[in-house]
Amino acid sequence: MDLKDKLLSSFLAFENNMDLEHPVHEERSEAIKNFEEKGFPSKKEEAWKYTSLNNLQKVDFSIFPKQENSLEYKDIKKYFLHEIDTYKIVFVDGVYSSYLSETTHDGVDVCLMSSAFSKPMFRPVIDVYFNKAASKEESLTTLNTAFCREGAYIYIPKNKMPKKPIQILHLATGNEAALMLQPRNLIVAEQNAEVQIIERHQSLTDNEVFTNSVTEIFAGKDAIVDYYKVQNDNNNASLVDNTYISQKDSSVVRVHTFSFGGKLTRNNLNFYQDGERIDSILKGVTILGEKQHVDHHTLVHHAQPNCESHQDYKGIFGERSTGVFNGKIIVDKIAQKTDAFQQNNNILISDKATINSKPQLEIFADDVKCSHGCTIGQLDEEALFYLRSRGIPKKEATALLMYAFANNVLASVRIPELKARINKIIANKLGVRVGFEL
Amino acid sequence: MAYTEEELKKELETKEYEYGFYTDIESDTLPKGLNEDIVIAISKKKEEPDWMTQWRLEAFRAWQEMKEPEWANVKYKKPDFQDISYYSAPNKKPKYNSLDEVDPELLDTFKKLGISVDEQKKLAGVAVDIVMDSVSVATTFKKTLAEKGIIFCSISEAIQEHPELVKKYIGTVVPKKDNFYAALNSAVFSDGSFCYIPKGVRCPMELSTYFRINQAGTGQFERTLVIAEEGSYVSYLEGCTAPMRDENQLHAAVVELIALDNAEIKYSTVQNWFPGNKEGKGGVYNFVTKRGLCEKNAKISWTQVETGSAVTWKYPSCILKGDHSIGEFYSIAVTNNYQQADTGTKMIHLGKNTRSTIISKGISAGHSQNSYRGLVQVNSRAENARNFSQCDSLLMGNECGAHTFPYIEVKNKTAQIEHEATTSKIGEDQIFYCNQRGIDTEKAIALIVNGFSKEVLNKLPMEFAVEAQKLLEISLEGSVG
Repeated sequence: MDLKDKLLSSFLAFENNMDLEHPVHEERSEAIKNFEEKGFPSKKEEAWKYTSLNNLQKVDFSIFPKQENSLEYKDIKKYFLHEIDTYKIVFVDGVYSSYLSETTHDGVDVCLMSSAFSKPMFRPVIDVYFNKAASKEESLTTLNTAFCREGAYIYIPKNKMPKKPIQILHLATGNEAALMLQPRNLIVAEQNAEVQIIERHQSLTDNEVFTNSVTEIFAGKDAIVDYYKVQNDNNNASLVDNTYISQKDSSVVRVHTFSFGGKLTRNNLNFYQDGERIDSILKGVTILGEKQHVDHHTLVHHAQPNCESHQDYKGIFGERSTGVFNGKIIVDKIAQKTDAFQQNNNILISDKATINSKPQLEIFADDVKCSHGCTIGQLDEEALFYLRSRGIPKKEATALLMYAFANNVLASVRIPELKARINKIIANKLGVRVGFEL
Repeated sequence: MAYTEEELKKELETKEYEYGFYTDIESDTLPKGLNEDIVIAISKKKEEPDWMTQWRLEAFRAWQEMKEPEWANVKYKKPDFQDISYYSAPNKKPKYNSLDEVDPELLDTFKKLGISVDEQKKLAGVAVDIVMDSVSVATTFKKTLAEKGIIFCSISEAIQEHPELVKKYIGTVVPKKDNFYAALNSAVFSDGSFCYIPKGVRCPMELSTYFRINQAGTGQFERTLVIAEEGSYVSYLEGCTAPMRDENQLHAAVVELIALDNAEIKYSTVQNWFPGNKEGKGGVYNFVTKRGLCEKNAKISWTQVETGSAVTWKYPSCILKGDHSIGEFYSIAVTNNYQQADTGTKMIHLGKNTRSTIISKGISAGHSQNSYRGLVQVNSRAENARNFSQCDSLLMGNECGAHTFPYIEVKNKTAQIEHEATTSKIGEDQIFYCNQRGIDTEKAIALIVNGFSKEVLNKLPMEFAVEAQKLLEISLEGSVG
């Protein structure tokens, strides 16, 4: 039985455990229909030209892990940003772990989707926001919608800001079998609210793990949302991350994606600008080796005038790794005075590595400033010579230059401890010993 | 009153296709429809050898299995392939030695186009092989070329007289099953040009062909084959104007260029098929497959000015097979009213130290959609490949769209690829600057558009640059300076 059939039949079992009267259930039935019709995307589709999910579909994934697995904090401490105090929402094999988590309802809601679905007090928010930004056409997103029941629920009311950043950690133990996880997150920052979120998926097993995650982010007027995705998983973990962001007037949303590992990672990052004077910032650092594959698929849809977007993705690809960047900017007819910028720089450091880049512009308004740049190249020979002439060996000099190349994306990270942590990962990856903090 | 962009737009919309006229020439036309019999009939009419007929049939059979491509960013009513007549040749199918023998009506057409053949003959050494409804009726300067050993004739003549060359090279760069329209063309191509430059010869003049669609309801399926032997050089010009028609006409040409070691081919196109009227009715569908193969040290340079056609689907490509080979692509695509263009290039780097340059300028006005779609591919063995791409779009008015779809695929770490794209409109301050200096707005816009396209216009041979400017003028502006 292939994965699609398995999922479809599991849906029936899944339905039995759900409240069929709940309005969300209607969304689920609609969504599964769409998935049934479309199935898994194939390489024939333009959006999946460079990323194949064929191998994943051959794996016999367990969709509802039976066994509960408890973990000790000391074993997983390293996956947290433990240097600072944060709220934590931790899931083990898709199940919430209250023991490892720290949630709050003090002024802001940092809790779970399952309770947001079941408790009447969250109902107004669910009615207004749930599944409103996520695509109802894209097959993997609808697959997630069909099976949605757990994930992080973060609601920041007007003029509020949580006392500390929020960490969302999805752990997969999967000791007994290959595991498929489908977390669903909803993040709402109302007018003038602000929130910082760090998200990480981590597999703790040698078994295959396939995560198909959907996150919806709503930024109200003047709201500020910082979202950091840390992707440094092991080589048996695959991740399809679908993020949908809807922004209102004068809001700022920054999404940083740090991709350092995982067997296959696909990031679908979609921004919809539903207001004026919005700023959307998309940054990414990708450093890959082995046979890793990362596909960044971004969309910024400028639907209103006077908005900005800034994209900056840097990639370093070694060994047999593959990198894909597919950035799309759409400027609607009425979105005059749009300022959209997109940049993608790549360095290949191995003969077996591949990079496919496709920066796209679709522009329907005339009074706009849109540009994109894409480069694939090597390190500056002169800079290398400069370093070497000052006694730095070639290997270190190369590493230093690559470090500098990747590092400038970090300037906009607003949690210093996170910046330091990412810095360290980058330095480790490239084999540089940095004796200073940037 | 100042001349505003609005007024210019209005004027552009009402501007009629200046070259829209129809010459009444008796034509020898096959019945509409397409099947194996028609393919055989075309082949027979052209008195082709058996291998050619078989080649066509193979292509036709492959074509039947294929689907029309839908990935391009264009929308149009698909042509009914059974409602097209696949062959039409001017009736009195003679081979003229002098212009006096040519049908006077035909000559009149050329005069209206401003390309009187005898004038051309005397002018600056341009040999003109005029293709009028699929069969070439006049070939000039043939003798001069023959002295150098250059073969420049229609492809049907080449099949008769130089079958070994045609057989060796046809379909090697664009295989007959390459894509839907290439397969269709391979099956039914009626005529086209053939050019062979022997080893070490530098072609003394610019070679040019004028293609025109004339007979109502006949699609044109041109086949061009240019072979440049080792160390040779040729500059080939192709230009098109078409009479005004209501129904959509299909144009599916195939151009194959082969540049052997150290050879250089420069291929320039000015395309001005009928773009449809201002409601977007009518116009030519232009679905063209153009590709060149570069051997060692060879260079192929494509230059195109695209102002016509209702729908354009065209990607002149270079396969940089040999080490140190060079590919270039310079393009201006202008769309107005309801025109749609999806055009660009493919640079396939296979050899070591290969270089490519892409400069694409898109200008959209009215309700048109203008897309750039390009591929830069660096194979794992293509050490030190170098590419520079630049795609600039200029938008005039708020109803049009500009799109960029660059594909970059790199499998070698020594590759150096740069891609840049910008989109802008004509700045108010630029116009103000010109106004200040006594240049009226219309002239200012012309000046700016001209400057915007200059990089590409400069790449055209002299004779063409003038014509290209004229075409830009017709499709976009009141007066280009």
